[in-house]
Formats: sequence, structure tokens, C-alpha cells
Amino acid sequence: MIDIRENRCDYCGACITVCPVDCIEVREASINITHDTCIDCDLCVFICPIEVLNSNAEK
Amino acid sequence: MLKNNYDIIVVGGGPAGSMASREVAKKGVSVCMLEKDRDIGYPVRCGEAAGKSGLEKLVEIKDNWIAEEIDGAKLGAPSGILVDVDFSSETGFILNRRIFDYDLSREAANAGAEIYTKAYVKNILKVNNNVVGVIVDYLGEEHHVTAKIVIGADGLTSRIGRWAGIKTQVRMKDMESAVQYSVANIDVISNKMIMYVGNKIAPGGYLWVFPKGKNFANIGIGISGKYSKSKSAKEYLDEFMKAEYPDAAILTTMCGGVPCPKPMKNPISNGLMLVGDAAHQINPVTGGGITSGMRGGWIAGQVAADAIIKGKYLEKDLCEYPKIMWKTFGKKYDRLYKIKEAIGKLTDDDLNHIADKVLSIPNNKRTLNSVFKAAVFKKPSLVIDVMKAFTGI
Repeated sequence: MIDIRENRCDYCGACITVCPVDCIEVREASINITHDTCIDCDLCVFICPIEVLNSNAEK
Repeated sequence: MLKNNYDIIVVGGGPAGSMASREVAKKGVSVCMLEKDRDIGYPVRCGEAAGKSGLEKLVEIKDNWIAEEIDGAKLGAPSGILVDVDFSSETGFILNRRIFDYDLSREAANAGAEIYTKAYVKNILKVNNNVVGVIVDYLGEEHHVTAKIVIGADGLTSRIGRWAGIKTQVRMKDMESAVQYSVANIDVISNKMIMYVGNKIAPGGYLWVFPKGKNFANIGIGISGKYSKSKSAKEYLDEFMKAEYPDAAILTTMCGGVPCPKPMKNPISNGLMLVGDAAHQINPVTGGGITSGMRGGWIAGQVAADAIIKGKYLEKDLCEYPKIMWKTFGKKYDRLYKIKEAIGKLTDDDLNHIADKVLSIPNNKRTLNSVFKAAVFKKPSLVIDVMKAFTGI
């Protein structure tokens, strides 16, 4: 699971660009991750410039 | 009112989308441009630097677009040494993107393009293997809008292309994680852009200070996704701000990603064309993509309109676009990608060494040409290429 600190998000979409499974949707002022599709690769967590996304997967 | 059908739909209202829309509309072909946000040009996610020569080929430049004229760069080596380089004949601008983007969309509208904001495209319509329109959420209502050609100018996320089956995902090492502050109450050096390089300050990228009028600047950083796992772009930038500008007032924080792979060779499929960031039309060394994205949109718009007039819009009918794009800037950016890879291998010691060599040229003779001639570093060709890349020549 990826946690989203939504109040911190700037909705820039950098996470979408690196997502291998296209499970992130960003609109004007909202961000959503389809957890059923997400493969917990954490690339979105690593690319986010301002630490909006956090991984809480048990690995 | 949003109609159910157009000849061409452009998704995204940035500079590339507006240029495509303008060029289509100029040829009398029906076109609608869909922007997901409520405003064209806002929020800005950009360092706002662009070269005059690239811009003036595409638009008539207006004074109020320009926040600062740039006549030279200061390159900051890891040692702290700043190396001055004059641009000589080239002029750069730091733009007011908010005004600039808005004016470009007005040009498209004045040429006859329909423009809708708060229009979020949530999927494409496909029949067999052809793109035939989009599903758009416009002011809270879902509309199916058909078109003969869809132009994806949807920025770095490039989901339009992905849905059409084009590989748009960017590898981490080619993706820059970027954050920028608009900063007031600081001393800035007028007419000079400052770029700091080095593995401690901005690994796999650079940190920039772009002046925007008196006591005001865009200060931002891009670091490669290869390095952003252990420390975020914001952490790097905050360290710099604390050290260099502790009293600065940060008026805006904006972030984004800059896709810096090779430009796409074939950003088209049946009924679909990608332009701008969506097609990775970005200088991979500098991350600058305003003028190249506009040029991509300009070419694509003309080719698309001609295809409509001829009544043929399969991939093979649209291939004039990638052909001209490659000749205009794609090939050059493909070469710059190799330079980017070479720069990425330089250690901080290498960078300091280059800075020292360039500094040994007297200040008043340190034009780009003299720097090229005096390139005595162990990789002289690289020094030349780096300087050329940074100054957009």
C-alpha cells in the first residue's frame, strides 16, 4: 500500500510518469491510487519531489 | 458549447497544445483544446527559461512575457567557484509563463480553436486499432467526443499515448525529480542565470537560480530519479536555501517531473499524435522544453490539418510529423542524450577541473567560442558539447 499525504501534494504527476501499471490518477486538485492494480514497486515514492507518497508495505 | 465531434481534439493547454491548436485552426480545420485545470497557464511548473531565437520563429514575442533578459550564465562548480560565460549573440529569457501560456491559447482561440478548461480527459475512444476520440469529464459531466485525430499534449504524464499503446513510461534514471521556489527578498545578479552542478548539490541534474526582476528569482532543482530514493529534491533544495538564502521569502512552491530520455522517434499511431513533454521533446541536458515542445506542436498541427484536408489519418499518413520533428530538433536531442550520459559519469573532481581550465581564460575573452578553443581538459570534446548544450546553440 502507498500512503498519500494529500494536503502536501502539488498534483504535478511525476508519479504517473514512472508508474509501470498506470494505477495513479491526478486531477486538478486530487490524487488517487487504485490499490488493486498497484504492484508496490515504490517508484512513485522515490520520484516524488516533496515526499507526498510513502510506502507502508510489509516487505 | 462543447460539441460531440471535431476534426481534431488537442488534449492539454500548455504551449505545445496551443501551438498545435493554432496551426490546425489557421488551416480552417475544426479543433477543440481540452485543459484539465480551471486556468490556462496556471499552476506554473517550470523554470521558465527559453531562448529568444527558438521562440521568435514561432510567435511574435511580447514584452510582458519577459520577466528578465539573460545575456550570460554563471556555472557553479562543486568547489564553489562560479565560472562566467557570456552568451555573445544568443539572448535568453526568463518568461512569465502565466501570461505567456495564456497569450498562446488566445492566439489559438483567435485563429478559431474552441478551448475548454476544467475538461479532464479520462480515456480515449478506440475502434479496432484507431483512436477516434476521447471521454472527457467536463464540469462534472461525462462526454464522448469523437475526432479524426487526437493530439496528446498532456504533459509529462502522457497518459493519452499510453492508452493508445505508445510506450510513454520513463525510466527512473531519465526522470528528473524537480522542485522550485519563487523567492522574494534576495539579492540577485541581473541578466545572469546561475546553474550549480555536482553530486553533493544536485546529483544527476543541477540547481538553478533564474532572476525574475529585482530581488526576485526562480530557485529550483532537478535531480535524477536514480538518486532521489535516499534524499528528495526538496531536501536538497532546502539545504541550499538554508546555506545561501536564509532570509528569503518563498512565495510559491511548485514541483514536477522532467522527462529527459531521448525524444520519441515515432510519437504517432493511427489517429493519434503526441507533442511536447508527452513526446519527450525536451533538451535532455538542460531539461528545457518550452520552445521544442512548441515546435513539436507547430509541426504536428500543420501535418494533422493537412491530413484532415486529404481525408487520411492513419499512422502512415501522419509520419511527416516525426520526420520533420527529427530533422528540426529530434536528432540534436538524441545526440545531447549521449552527452547527458557522459556528464553523468563526471566526478566532482572532474567538474572542478573543468571549471579551473575555463577560468584560466581571461574574463573579457571568455566567450563561448574562446571556451571551445581552449578546451584542454582530458575530454575536450565533452567540454564543448556541455557548453553548447547549456546555451542551446
